[in-house]
Amino acid sequence: MSTTVGQQHPIRIYLQIWGLLFFLSTLSYLVDYFRIEGYLRWCLIVALMLMKAGLIVGVFMHMKWERLALVYAILVPPLCLLVLVGLMAAEADYTFLTRGIFFK
Amino acid sequence: MAESAPQHSKELGLPSGWHGIVKDWSSDQEAFKVSWGKAMMWIFLLSDTFIFSCFLTSYMTVRISTTVPWPDPSKVFGLTIAGVDVPLLLIAIMTFILITSSGTMAMAVNFAYRRDRKRTALLMLATAILGASFVGMQALEWTKLIVHEGIRPWGNPLGAAQFGSCFFMITGFHGAHVTVGVIYLLTVASKVLRGHYEHSGNYQIVEIAGLYWHFVDLVWVFIFALFYLW
Repeated sequence: MSTTVGQQHPIRIYLQIWGLLFFLSTLSYLVDYFRIEGYLRWCLIVALMLMKAGLIVGVFMHMKWERLALVYAILVPPLCLLVLVGLMAAEADYTFLTRGIFFK
Repeated sequence: MAESAPQHSKELGLPSGWHGIVKDWSSDQEAFKVSWGKAMMWIFLLSDTFIFSCFLTSYMTVRISTTVPWPDPSKVFGLTIAGVDVPLLLIAIMTFILITSSGTMAMAVNFAYRRDRKRTALLMLATAILGASFVGMQALEWTKLIVHEGIRPWGNPLGAAQFGSCFFMITGFHGAHVTVGVIYLLTVASKVLRGHYEHSGNYQIVEIAGLYWHFVDLVWVFIFALFYLW
């Protein structure tokens, strides 16, 4: 019997998270439905996205209960992507300005 | 150098050549206190994270740098029901379907560890059916965009030409992941039902398959926010 090998948690937790994900998804849909614009829109979209991602990784994928060695090995490397996003945003802004000068 | 290597190995009392490579990589050295299958699935998912992030970053780059207005996703993906325009309706339904499938998958993992084979297989089957319906709706969405809106990877009548290539690349790659996931889940579910894991009593394969499935849902959260809502 190796039933203690994996991650076992009460079904109640999964149902709660499931409900919460439904609620957060509805909220992010309503952001679009009511056509909220500007900084409020971006903040809401990103905040809801990160909350949903956190719930999925933390509870559904059991990261909350794993040992830190595994958690850091998986969650720290993607932070490099922030550097890539920053670089590409700067580069894209530059391309946009250049196009505005030469192709108008 | 090549001749001195076996000499060095002999001093350490370790085998050389291929046997040595296998020995070095397998000799009870572990950093992660989980089964190798789970660790490998996590590492695969990490690499997949980078692939999807590259797609989304390049989407961001072309969207910022284009001087032509970007088509409004809210309108492109809207549906008209009984004469009323509902924005993003199909996408919202697809989102809820994928979240529901994540919920049934999480419960399947729970029943698997209780060795309730029938319920595990049924819940996995439900997950796979929801996943398949997601892919079906995606096919519907693609048809609508290609046939009715005239959107192509190289251009479209609504605005920036990059819209099509980003859309087909990102959602196509995600849809391929869902399709593979459905096949994976059906395979594991049928093995569970046939009692393939009974002799070892180890049902962690369900949790590992679940990790993949939740990841597919996770990627959709990002695509939904960054591509459809932005």
